[in-house]
Amino acid sequence: MKDLARELMFPLMAVIAAFAVGAIVILAIGDNPIEVYRILLSSAFGFYDALGNFTFDNWGYTLFYATPLIFTGLAVALAFKCGLLNIGAEGQLYVGAFAAAWAGITFKGLPGIILIPFCMVCAIVAGAFWGAIPGVLKARFGAHEVINTIMLNFIAVGILSYLIQQHYKVPGDPIMESTEIAGQAHIARVHTFLAPIGIDFPERIPLNFAFILALLACVAFYVFVWRTKWGYEIRAAGLNAKAAEYGGINVRRQIVLAMAISGGLAGMVGINEVLGYRYRYYHDFSANYGFTGIAVALLGRNHPVGIVLSAILFGALIRGGLFVDIFTDHVSKDLVQVLQGIIILFVSCEALFRLLVKRSWRIG
Amino acid sequence: MGEILNITLIASTIRLSTPIILAALGGLYSERGGVINIALEGIMLAGAFTASAVTVFTHNPWVGLLAAIIAGVLVAGIHGVATIFYRADQVVSGTAINILFLGVPALLSGALFDSTGATPQLPRDQVLPDVRIFNPQSMPTLASVFNQKPLVYVALALVVLSYYVLRNTRFGLRLRAVGENPEAADTAGVSVVKTRMSGVLISGALAAMGGAYLSIGQNSLFTRNMTAGRGFIALAALIFGKWDPVGAFLACLLFGFAEAISIRMQGTVNIPNQFIQIIPYVLTIVVLAGLIRRATPPRAIGIPYTKS
Repeated sequence: MKDLARELMFPLMAVIAAFAVGAIVILAIGDNPIEVYRILLSSAFGFYDALGNFTFDNWGYTLFYATPLIFTGLAVALAFKCGLLNIGAEGQLYVGAFAAAWAGITFKGLPGIILIPFCMVCAIVAGAFWGAIPGVLKARFGAHEVINTIMLNFIAVGILSYLIQQHYKVPGDPIMESTEIAGQAHIARVHTFLAPIGIDFPERIPLNFAFILALLACVAFYVFVWRTKWGYEIRAAGLNAKAAEYGGINVRRQIVLAMAISGGLAGMVGINEVLGYRYRYYHDFSANYGFTGIAVALLGRNHPVGIVLSAILFGALIRGGLFVDIFTDHVSKDLVQVLQGIIILFVSCEALFRLLVKRSWRIG
Repeated sequence: MGEILNITLIASTIRLSTPIILAALGGLYSERGGVINIALEGIMLAGAFTASAVTVFTHNPWVGLLAAIIAGVLVAGIHGVATIFYRADQVVSGTAINILFLGVPALLSGALFDSTGATPQLPRDQVLPDVRIFNPQSMPTLASVFNQKPLVYVALALVVLSYYVLRNTRFGLRLRAVGENPEAADTAGVSVVKTRMSGVLISGALAAMGGAYLSIGQNSLFTRNMTAGRGFIALAALIFGKWDPVGAFLACLLFGFAEAISIRMQGTVNIPNQFIQIIPYVLTIVVLAGLIRRATPPRAIGIPYTKS
């Protein structure tokens, strides 16, 4: 219990500190921080709209935005377990989303029961492939994964924009998006699950089966990392590569494996985006989900439960940010990005909070 | 192909290398002192935004440049405080700063200029002027190569200066000492904290100049994420150049050349633009994979120092 309290306390302090700094920024820009935060939180977590009517919209969209963040948070956390920082989830999720769309467009003749899993596998495999590249470069040449994953983000966007523009776009369409995937490749929205039990969850809210898949991925992550030999080996390689090597673990293989799984998890964002939401590949769709995944993983302390909670927080920020953008005079939705950066910074300075806590104990 | 390889290619190589050279030299001071500086990208963005925003208000690009340098030092200071005083993971702290400064310029440009991430275009007489060494009318070729922004020459001078500082000055020797063996340096009476912090702050000033070059030199406005990975490319150049100012300089020229080639090839060669645009990024990966194993980083890089 004491452990749990400590695990929760530092992330919580980081979030509160970040909001405090954010408040100063908002003041400096010329808006009222209390009003901005009220808009942010009520439009993300409120059950009632401005007219006082009950609505699922806020929570529905918050969880919808949390879904890709759970995937990217898990992706970053898995790489962390092996001592690697995967800044390339952004590229990996684009590659995964494109692969899902490609499968859904190319194999229009297949029945849904085969096509849906096939699209999902394509998203995962493509993301895993894109993630494995920096893994191999690190294992084989010692090249730093941080720089390589960043470079691969640019390369992914370049190649995909070529593919969309030249091969997969509706001819003449000025928007950079692919044609639609087959209708039977769509996955169910939450509306479909709740309607039979009499809950009227509007169909326009894009929260879909991928959210459940994300929760399942959390369970799988836990089992894999803490209950299997592979997970043990990845953690051992991450904690102390030399000791692991002495213990008979092939550290290079763990690096490639961890990066591939990490990429695969990032690729699953494509399931939410393509199969559950837009039903096509839309270039530039990611609202920095890959980078936010770093914040999600760090704040969630690389644990699935923490990752779900912090993904919901950041999902709420994305949702609320849109309203802040509209309903305040000066603050734009970029506030969310700023808060994210500050949160990561504070989380990385855990020593600062430990010091504060120790001091206050000593005084008290 | 003959059309592509000509004198203006040299000119644009110099132009395009400059921001990377400045950032890479910045990274050099930080990393030789033992602090990884992934934050170069974010610092460049901070510098680029500050330079153009301040120039919009003061109508003087030199004031803009000065403000950018101050901003760079402040942002690097955050990285320094986090990593040196609070022992934050250097890569994570740098990443936080990069994410932060994707957002801060956008947030501020919304508040200051009512735009979605860009600053207003500066009139031509309010960007940094070219240094006029040759008369463009009588000697157009030489003028196109040598009449560059002052920061181009500043960057070149800094390469030489950094070479000298690291090898021959007391500060340079101390910086290298705290990057290689902080315990020994500490025992010898060198303040590890102060020396590392100085290195990080210098890196902020230089990287911010690189950013300012982009927004008030090469271009006349700041646009969202206008550095496009140059901070990371600078880091790759630093590694490729084996953490040596001259080596890093040559590596930066290579990256500048790749970018110059890719710009020249667009529309002239029968390869899709998107493939040409990714050349510098692919080159970065190839360079890191091929040569890093022969480069040895400063021994204490990435390790926070605790006095025992």
